[in-house]
Amino acid sequence: MFNASLKQLSIQLAEKKFSSAELTTQFLQRIKQLNPEYNAFITVNEEISLAQAKAADKMIATGQAGPLTGIPIAQKDIFCAKGWLTTCGSRMLSNFVSPYDAGVIERFNQAGAINIGKTNMDEFAMGSSNETSYYGMVKNPWDIAAVPGGSSGGAACAVAARLAPAATGTDTGGSIRQPAALCGISGIKPTYGLVSRYGMIAFASSLDQGGPMAKSAEDLALLLNVMTGFDPRDSTSLQRDAEDYTQDLQKPLAGLRIGLPKEYFAEGMSRDVANAIEKALIEYRKLGAQTVEVSLPNTPLSIPVYYVLAPAEASSNLSRFDGVRYGYRASSYSDLADMYRKTRAQGFGAEVKRRILIGTYVLSHGYYDAYYIKAQKLRRLIAQDFTEAYKQCDIIMGPTTPTVAFNLGEKSGDPIQMYLSDIYTSAANLAGMPAMSIPIGFGDKNRPIGLHIMGNYFKEAQMLNIAHQYQLVTDWHLKSPV
Amino acid sequence: MHWEIVIGLEVHAQLSTQSKIFSGASTAYGAPPNTQACVIDLALPGVLPVLNKGAVERAIKFGLSVGAKINSPSIFARKNYFYPDLPKGYQISQYELPVVQGGNIRIPADGVEKNIRLTRAHLEEDAGKSLHEDFHGMSGIDLNRAGTPLLEIVSEPDMRSSAEAVTYAKTLHALVRWIGICDGNMQEGSFRCDANVSVRPRGTEKLGTRCEIKNLNSFRFLEKAIDYEARRQIEILEDGGVIRQETRLYDANKDETRTMRTKEDANDYRYFPDPDLLPLEISASWIDQVRSALPELPQVRRDRYMSEFALSAYDASVLTSSRETADYFESTIRQLPAQEKLCANWIMGEISGQLNKEGLEISACPITPSQLAMLLERISDGTISGKAAKTVFESMWNGELEKNVDAIIAVKGLKQISDDSAIEKLVDQVLAANAQQVADYRNGKEKAFNSLVGQIMKATHGKANPAQVNIILKKKLEE
Repeated sequence: MFNASLKQLSIQLAEKKFSSAELTTQFLQRIKQLNPEYNAFITVNEEISLAQAKAADKMIATGQAGPLTGIPIAQKDIFCAKGWLTTCGSRMLSNFVSPYDAGVIERFNQAGAINIGKTNMDEFAMGSSNETSYYGMVKNPWDIAAVPGGSSGGAACAVAARLAPAATGTDTGGSIRQPAALCGISGIKPTYGLVSRYGMIAFASSLDQGGPMAKSAEDLALLLNVMTGFDPRDSTSLQRDAEDYTQDLQKPLAGLRIGLPKEYFAEGMSRDVANAIEKALIEYRKLGAQTVEVSLPNTPLSIPVYYVLAPAEASSNLSRFDGVRYGYRASSYSDLADMYRKTRAQGFGAEVKRRILIGTYVLSHGYYDAYYIKAQKLRRLIAQDFTEAYKQCDIIMGPTTPTVAFNLGEKSGDPIQMYLSDIYTSAANLAGMPAMSIPIGFGDKNRPIGLHIMGNYFKEAQMLNIAHQYQLVTDWHLKSPV
Repeated sequence: MHWEIVIGLEVHAQLSTQSKIFSGASTAYGAPPNTQACVIDLALPGVLPVLNKGAVERAIKFGLSVGAKINSPSIFARKNYFYPDLPKGYQISQYELPVVQGGNIRIPADGVEKNIRLTRAHLEEDAGKSLHEDFHGMSGIDLNRAGTPLLEIVSEPDMRSSAEAVTYAKTLHALVRWIGICDGNMQEGSFRCDANVSVRPRGTEKLGTRCEIKNLNSFRFLEKAIDYEARRQIEILEDGGVIRQETRLYDANKDETRTMRTKEDANDYRYFPDPDLLPLEISASWIDQVRSALPELPQVRRDRYMSEFALSAYDASVLTSSRETADYFESTIRQLPAQEKLCANWIMGEISGQLNKEGLEISACPITPSQLAMLLERISDGTISGKAAKTVFESMWNGELEKNVDAIIAVKGLKQISDDSAIEKLVDQVLAANAQQVADYRNGKEKAFNSLVGQIMKATHGKANPAQVNIILKKKLEE
């Protein structure tokens, strides 16, 4: 049951092997048992989860079930869910019970999925190790000395440790793909605009994108079918015809041209990661694909560009957390300015404050042109690199991260080292293009390694096909630490 | 030294949409606090703005009415600052690339027309309201107004007196109501002015340092605040001082402006394009559609009244001060062609006076344009005198005899004596009885003529047709 795919669970529910209430109870018990060690969940609410499960059982009984009906899904604590504490990993929202549902939550509810709990995350999604959460660090279930990655570290841990069949994440610079890689699971960040941002607490609006995290590409496809779709409440949501992301899963890969950016393979990648990537490419060649060298010359700029634009937007997005209407407020203060100062000083952690300061600086009078405007121009160049590369290849592959998971505490004192964890992932956010990570083996200390698969706009179905074909001939995605 | 006052205005016109600019909450005025603030207006975590098309349409309407360029795309930007009644910690406004660029407004100034150039007009959201009373040392926040759509209309520094500034503001006020984009209710804050005031020695080009006076919500305050501020600046300069660029507030009770904040402690608003809103694209076909639905503009009607009806610039501008007034005027003249000046005088005189006295809008006028036209027809056809017409008008206003003009004339016996032979007989009698005045007149004392007319009118209790009396009297005296 804990290792079953979404499709298997759905079949077993339909065949009445177990009810959704039973399935949900099993996962709740497992969370109760293992979460104290992993800290993957911030909030579990048995009452709501079981009520949803009972409603799902009715849907199943009356023949109204869809592919996800009755299946528990862990929701990243960045998605507002009605009646749920929604903290975004911050003391600032440690008392915020959302009165409304995010677009993504609504879609899962309509599909009859069960919210099994809210997962831990880096505070306001700012971090690559899940160490910035007000609710404490999350452990990597493969090695509890290691970070799970971030910011969707709780989600990645929950899926890897089989505390939930699948989870949602959000990805601003790699926050789905990097923890998926470090925890040995699959995760996809779709094209910007496919998944509604309504009710998804904003970090950097032009980069944030929700997406699924699961054991396999096939599961991701089923989840994506539910998560994507136009939402009139999000002005950046795309109005497109619904797509079935499972439709291309079975296509053979013969003739596929895989682009390998020479910049990714030049330096910085550790030996174990390079070996795993080479082995994965051998599998792909066996499946009929060919590899071609491509160039993404502006890649080295993606981290500096990202760390201008994301903090700039964040500094403004986080202004609403002022202690006036909801959330944390300092207990004593002398006047309004003092209330703001103390509330924000106490309510935000160090990394969030650092990024608010960077963002405020780059938007300030006299610096705006040199930083923000310049970064916007470079952002376009980075996107153009990909457009050029896709003239020579169908898909781009490389490592998701330069190394396997590092140790807890190893980089938390050095923000620059931490930021470099996103060196391969942030370019896709800057370009708004889809990208995913799948497990391809283990490296140092037997920690997981992820393959980064990047595609052109709206190529999700093809990317999932490419990942699925690999998973049909390998079993890395079936390995579980517990 | 002679000083010249230089004024530019920034006007915030609240757009008359049913719902807010970025949310579906109602914009109705006067609801209990925070009952018209939805999750978006409250800036809960995760909410996003969606632009109200009606607000954009009103901005386009305005742009077309002042001959401006409609920018496409235009960009929404965030203006970042902390204030308790600003829920997001930023205001969504426009900075570079506003929706409306340029344009002109012509105003009457000293009998001629003067052109005031517009810099821009941009869309933005209003903030909420902080309530500092009634909360025992705390402040209350009402977010009903948060997110109300505003069009900020910015003029060039083209005005040279408080009177010009007021005329401009009134013209703009009339225009936004005329095209139906703003209700213009100044008490409710639907139309608010900020004035940028500077002074310079007359004849020089370089602009002086300006001060901005915020939130003037009546034309009278606008005028007084500018006058006070100009005086203040001139006094400082004449004493050898320098003007500090700052934002000031007008205190109506003390009739003075005082410092709100100086340039040094001004916020750095850190404007940047709002990533939650895509660039606003306005298609040519949308612009055409809005243009074809525009009413005839006040400026066009003003020009027409002057050229077609030979009305003065003043008359034409009073009659076009609101669309309802102009429509009333046009309905009246349609039934009484060739009497435009008479109609204009009555509408600007009796009708407007009586409406003011009773605090009514012209839309609630108890006398319809056709009833007024019937009354005025009786003046022009000589049935009654202008003076008698005022009596009839009063009766009509009060609803007597079903406002039937002829019935009132008959019942009140107001019909003029217009029969030549009857008037001749009267003139003969008066001349016979006033030999001295006749002699005076013939000796060149013109005044004697008026006295004789008076005698005749007195004898007929004012009913003799004065024009006929004049002609016959003159003829008899010159025989």
